[in-house]
This record gives sequence, structure tokens and C-alpha cells, in this order.
Amino acid sequence: MSIPSKLAGRAAQATPPVLATRMRGLSDRTIAWAFVGPTMLLLLAINIFPLIWTIKLSFTNYRANRPNANVLDVGIDNYVSVLTDPDIWIAMQATAHFLFWTILLQTLIGFTLAWLVDRKFRGHGFWTTMILIPMMLSPAVVGNFWAFLYQPQTGLFNYAVSFLTGVPASSFEMIGSVRLAPWSIIIVDTWMWTPYVMLICLAGLRSIPDYIYEAAEVDRASTWRQFWSITLPMVLPFIMLAVLFRGIENFKMFDMVNLLTSGGPGSATELASITLKREAFEKWRTGYSSAFAIILFVAVFGLANIYVKALNHVKNR
Amino acid sequence: MQLGISTAHSVVEPSAQSRWIAGVLVALYALITIVPLAWIVLTGFKTPPDSISYPPKILFTPSAEGYCNLFTTRSRQTPEYIAALPPATETCDKVARNANMVVAGPSNFVPRFVNSLIIAFGSTVLSVGFGVMAAYAFSRFKVPLKDDLLFFILSTRMMPPIAVAIPIYLMYRELGLSDTRLGMILLYSAVNVSLAVWLLKGFIDEIPREYEEAAMVDGYTRLQAFRKVVLPQATTGIVATAIFCLIFAWNEYAFAVLLTSGAAQTAPPFIPIIIGEGGQDWPAVAAGTTLFLIPILVFTILLRKHLLRGITFGAVRK
Repeated sequence: MSIPSKLAGRAAQATPPVLATRMRGLSDRTIAWAFVGPTMLLLLAINIFPLIWTIKLSFTNYRANRPNANVLDVGIDNYVSVLTDPDIWIAMQATAHFLFWTILLQTLIGFTLAWLVDRKFRGHGFWTTMILIPMMLSPAVVGNFWAFLYQPQTGLFNYAVSFLTGVPASSFEMIGSVRLAPWSIIIVDTWMWTPYVMLICLAGLRSIPDYIYEAAEVDRASTWRQFWSITLPMVLPFIMLAVLFRGIENFKMFDMVNLLTSGGPGSATELASITLKREAFEKWRTGYSSAFAIILFVAVFGLANIYVKALNHVKNR
Repeated sequence: MQLGISTAHSVVEPSAQSRWIAGVLVALYALITIVPLAWIVLTGFKTPPDSISYPPKILFTPSAEGYCNLFTTRSRQTPEYIAALPPATETCDKVARNANMVVAGPSNFVPRFVNSLIIAFGSTVLSVGFGVMAAYAFSRFKVPLKDDLLFFILSTRMMPPIAVAIPIYLMYRELGLSDTRLGMILLYSAVNVSLAVWLLKGFIDEIPREYEEAAMVDGYTRLQAFRKVVLPQATTGIVATAIFCLIFAWNEYAFAVLLTSGAAQTAPPFIPIIIGEGGQDWPAVAAGTTLFLIPILVFTILLRKHLLRGITFGAVRK
């Protein structure tokens, strides 16, 4: 530090507060606003303004492909027709099925993997990094290349299944059949995101202090008992956090499924976001899809809030 | 949502046998999980008939056709026309002529890849720049309604992208930002800034305030202390955050497919629509996928230590 700046520092200390602030440049309050400002402006312009616009559109019969047509105010008609539309409910059921199974499978496999990795065998770092790769990839590109692996007759997936079980490879189609297509997207999502749950569970397992297990050993608690009374309850908040993040992400799921099955066959894998895209960007029912978008947003926001409350409840227990 | 983690561990050691079994099971899972990826990399070097042969071919004669088809467009010609041409000098010319075709010109892959790079880096610079400022303010100053603002910032990330895309599509059409790189950079910055603020706030919280206070006693202004003390201390956090933002922007598909179609189209919406004669050209798609995924693999390995923090918005730290 140079001598003049040290002197300036002393001078600043010696001068009365108001003068000091002026000498030391901008006040903290000004800096705080100037620093938070750009982020807020960006979010207002790209998130909040569009959201308000969506709300406005949701009360009209506007169609984006006919910008010059007469726009009528239709009140809550759009909301009523979304909520009474059987197609929407089919999409919500498909979304619920997808959410339930992906979260269940990813939690079970992810926790088991984390529990195994926590044994700290030789090379666990290398294998863990390898397991983590799928979750970093582009969901769209993943969906696209799984369509290749699932190809009827010649795909690697069919070959592997027939190699392991003896079922002829040409006897089933993963993305072509109404019965199997929902499972094809569940398999890909589980392949991709199990590492995510594993990583969070691993952090949970490593957060348990050893003295708790030592005390349990002294009390001669069985391994089984230790697992149920120590490991599981202490990892639970972490598991719930993983479920929260996965739940929100999969509720919004679009890219992977759009490229793998695009909602088909029929509407077997048509999740909420896929329906929304069809309504908004294929049928161009902008007003109607805006209402649906608002309903989805309120749902995900509400569920997340309830869930965070439950999470805090578990954490504070 | 801060879950504290202590690092103390290792007294109740698992037995050697249980470790060995765990190691084998985890390695087995890792190998199975990597098969689909390895298969795509291999497919990039196959000929189209090899790529869809049954049973799937593990051993095959490598071919440059996938990569050639990815980078070039070709047109079919009569054998007489091809015979009249001077001998092919470049690999891709030879490959094309074997299939009775000539290379007509470069494909759109390189421009799309360049778009991906420009948009990813542009949006990362913006969101990390804005993010580090906001994070510093939230970390050090009494900002009114701090918790509400932070929650609001996080909640913008919960909106389904398609729901956001509807008004953005209309707004960009009005402003002339449709299918422009600037439009995509602004959009991805807005999506990433929430992640950047949350992650960077965590990193800056960990830098002791005493450092800046000491610098300010020595005569630095608040801004100088921020620039010369806090920023250098936060370098690791800033780099890790930037990589997360880069990966998100690089991987993003939903906005890209709805809002771009030509000039600003990125690689993810482009790769799936590489069509050959008679359906999807899988070797070319696989080649494009491989090139697209390589940067991500490198970044994943670099980010190893910060992954957990990044994927949980800083809620879980290691």
C-alpha cells in the first residue's frame, strides 16, 4: 500500500462522517442500488414484463399468427376451458405418471449409489465422475440420441434387452407403442438424472458425524438399526431437497421428451409442456395457452412453496 | 435452505469386503451408464448402413462419412458427370463420389456451432457480471426486502420455458429481436442471472468482511475494495459460476427451437434435423453430437469439486 493512500485513510478516519463518505466515493446505499439494479432490470424486462403480458393475454382470444385480427376480451373463459378440457387432464395425468416414477426410481437408485460410493473404495472419485457425466449433457441432444438407441428392430436398447432376457428384439417398440412409450421417457430421465440425486445424497451421508455411529456402536445398535435410526433420518432433508429440484424440473420437462417422442404415440407421452407448446406454437391459440401457462406456473410455484415449508419442518425437527 | 456439512468422517470404517463389493457395483453402474455415450461416439465413425445393422456392430471399418456429411452438403450426380471430374483430392470428396455424389458446399453446422459459442459466452459474461454485483450487494449491504428479492430472483427460474416463450416471442417480434444473437444473449442472461446471484452470494459470503474493511481503513473506497480485494478472492467461485452458466446456455433447447430458425440458431435445435437421403443421417447426427458434447465433458471434469453447489443453487456445499 502506498503512503499517500494510507494518509488518505487516516484523513478519512479523522474527518466527520458526512465528509468521510464524500471523500471515500459513493455511499454504501448508492452502491447497493447500483449493484442490484442491473439484475433487477434484466429480470423485469425478460421475466416480469412478459409474465404480466401473459396474464393480460390469458383474458383475450388473441392469436399470435393473426396479429391484425380483432382481439376480444373473453374474461375467464380461457381458464374455464383449460380446466374443463379433457386433453389437458390427460396431459396432467401423463405428467404425474412421469413425475412419480422418475422421482421414485432416481431416489432409490441414487441413494443406493451414494451409499455404496460412501464406502470410499479405491478409485471412487474416478467412477463417481463418470457416473455424473449424463446429467451435464444437453437434454435435447440426449433425447435425440436415445431415439437412435430405441430404434425399432435395430436399436442398441432392443438388442440389449433381447440379449439379456431372450425376448426377440423385433417384438417390441419402445417409442412406437402406447404402452411402452411412457416408460421410454422415464428410463432416459432416470439415466440422466440419477447422478444428481446421488450427488446430493452423498453430501447428506458425508454430513453425518462419525461420533453418532460410534455412540450407536457403544450401545450395540445393529447395522440395520443404525441405518433406520441414524442414516436415513439424517439424509432425509437432502433427499427431499433433491426431490424438490427434480420435481420442479420434471414438471417443466420439455426438451428431452420433445425430441424423443414429441408427445406420441397419440398423446401417450404428452406432458404439460408439450401440450402447451402445441397449443401456443402449432395451433397458435395464444390466449388459451397463456391461461394454461399461468395455471402451470401457479401450480409449480404453489407446490414448491408447500414443499419448502415441509422441508424446513423436517429440518427443524 | 442452507444445509451445513461437516467434513469429519472416517472412524467407523467399512470392512474391506464391503468396500470391494461396493466398488464393483458402482463401477458396473458407471460402465452401463457410459455405454449409450460410447455408442454415439462410435456411431459417428460408421457408414449409414453400419449404423443401423442388426445385430449392432461393435467392430466395423471406420469411415469419415459421418463427419463429412456433418460438415458438407452434397448433391447426387450421374456416374458420367463424376467420371468427367478431375480426381478427388480431399477425403470428403472421395467419400461423396463413392456414393455417386459431389460436395456442393459447407453445411450449416459450423455457423450453428459458432452461434452457440457466441450466445453462450455473451450471456455468461452478462449474467456473471450482473450476478457478481448483485451478489456482493446482497452479501454485504442491508438491501430492503433482501429475502423477498432473493426468493423472487430464484422463482424466475421456476417458470416453464414454454410459458415464458409465449410473451417473449411476441415481444421479440415487436422489437425486431426474433432470431438474433442479441435476443438470445439477453434471454439466456435473464435465465442464468438467478443461478449466478445465488451461487456467487454463497461464495462471497465465505470471504471474510475484515479483508475489505482493512482495505477501506487503508484508504480504499468501497468500490476499490470490491475490485481489488473481493473480486480476486472470489475468482474460483466466479469461474465455477461462469462454467455453470456456459453449460446451461450451451445445452438450452426450448427457447432456441421456438425463437430462432436461421441466423441465430444454435447447435441443439440444429443437430436433430440433420437429414440424409431416406431419413435421419445417424452417423452425421452422432458426429455432431460428439463434437457438441466434448466441451461439456471437459467442463464437467474441471467442475467436479463445485458440481454439488452449482446444481443445488448453492443450497448444499461441500
